[in-house]
Amino acid sequence: MKPAPFDYVAPTTIDAACALLAEAGGGALVLAGGQTLMPLLALRMSQPFIVVDINRIDALKGVTRVEGGTRIGPVTRQNDIITDTILAEALPGLVTATQHVGHHQTRDRGTVGGSIAFGEPAAELPAAAVALGATIEARSIRGTRRIAADALYLGPYATALEPDELVTAIHFPDWPAGTITLFREVARRPGDFALVGLIGAFAVTGGRIARVGIAWFGMGPTPIRARQAEAALRGQPAAGLDARGVAALAVADTAPFDDHHATAEYRRTVGERIFSRALAEASVLF
Amino acid sequence: MAIRINGTETRAPADPRVSLLDLLRETLHLTGTKKGCNQGACGACTVLADGERILSCLALAVQFEGRSITTIEGLAGQDGMHPLQLAFIEHDGFQCGYCTPGQICSAVGMAAELARGAPSAVTTDLGAATVRFTGEEARERMSGNLCRCGAHNGIIAAITQTYAGAAL
Repeated sequence: MKPAPFDYVAPTTIDAACALLAEAGGGALVLAGGQTLMPLLALRMSQPFIVVDINRIDALKGVTRVEGGTRIGPVTRQNDIITDTILAEALPGLVTATQHVGHHQTRDRGTVGGSIAFGEPAAELPAAAVALGATIEARSIRGTRRIAADALYLGPYATALEPDELVTAIHFPDWPAGTITLFREVARRPGDFALVGLIGAFAVTGGRIARVGIAWFGMGPTPIRARQAEAALRGQPAAGLDARGVAALAVADTAPFDDHHATAEYRRTVGERIFSRALAEASVLF
Repeated sequence: MAIRINGTETRAPADPRVSLLDLLRETLHLTGTKKGCNQGACGACTVLADGERILSCLALAVQFEGRSITTIEGLAGQDGMHPLQLAFIEHDGFQCGYCTPGQICSAVGMAAELARGAPSAVTTDLGAATVRFTGEEARERMSGNLCRCGAHNGIIAAITQTYAGAAL
């Protein structure tokens, strides 16, 4: 029993959870799947006064189709994403990315909202949210707002969410039929955090790339959108792409670190290679 | 509400900080479930919660009120050990044995996942009602359970004997 003392509450409604977060004045933490929070509590790196367990709020679970997109409840388990029939159709790239999150045991508890709200820079789901253009719905007693995933991440584990805000949904926009998703991850062992990873979606209409979203993970302090590469690809003919040139642009937007797993130089080199190869492979499908 | 552990109703701890793992080991003295890393990296504490495999070190016990937990102590039946336990012995699926309870609980959960068609990163036929057992599937799906002795080949052999071709 190592965590510092805390009070535990398990509200059953969103309103009750928001009221608790407001009352706590920044001293509360939300417990979803707990696969990241529990070690932080045990190591006392995180010492909330109150833990608000949102697992008993049914309104925060499940996947539904909405106008122009798909709404995912934040307490939807990662393994339920992998087997969801709506997502298999609408967001196959998200399903692939989720298969690489942790291990089966952690995905049985770990949630989509937890991973996205936590913002681990080397995690798959925050990058998937950025690449696929998701928006995060956050509620507090002050009201509800939507934050583009793109604007959510401020630094390692730092997001634009206020301490009294609860993520109530993640909205993924529809991508056109035939959209191709790329996913690549380099890790020492399956289930480890990525040394380098990327996810990209490409919608081709009339032989041209009509819509594109690309994000890196493990390549800087946050998930990083490859803006220069996206700009270079948007509107271009899908045939005869300069995969190496675009890969160099994509890496130019990253800011990887040296750490005991790999050097920044290694990450840039590997990132450029996997991007270039993935794009060349995908362009055959365009 | 109580937590049902291997069929016995148990009161949830008064202190919310108690992990499911600590409840099992320190309060109930069910020490089959092991504490390895206590941070979700090793899989030694894997138990089944309503048949789903989870890491008991990353769960607060109070969260499991009203749910049913099965540990290694609960796997054997009236007529002796679980077939997978026997297969682990036959195939030397361990050396020191520390990771073994987690490995076995994990593999029992895995068999149920294959039976209900839950795909993994290496599954090719995503539409199938059940996923076919292969060594590659087993290795991918058991990746959350580490064995520092290096008994993985024996572990996979034991799991293969028990579940390959069996009606899942």
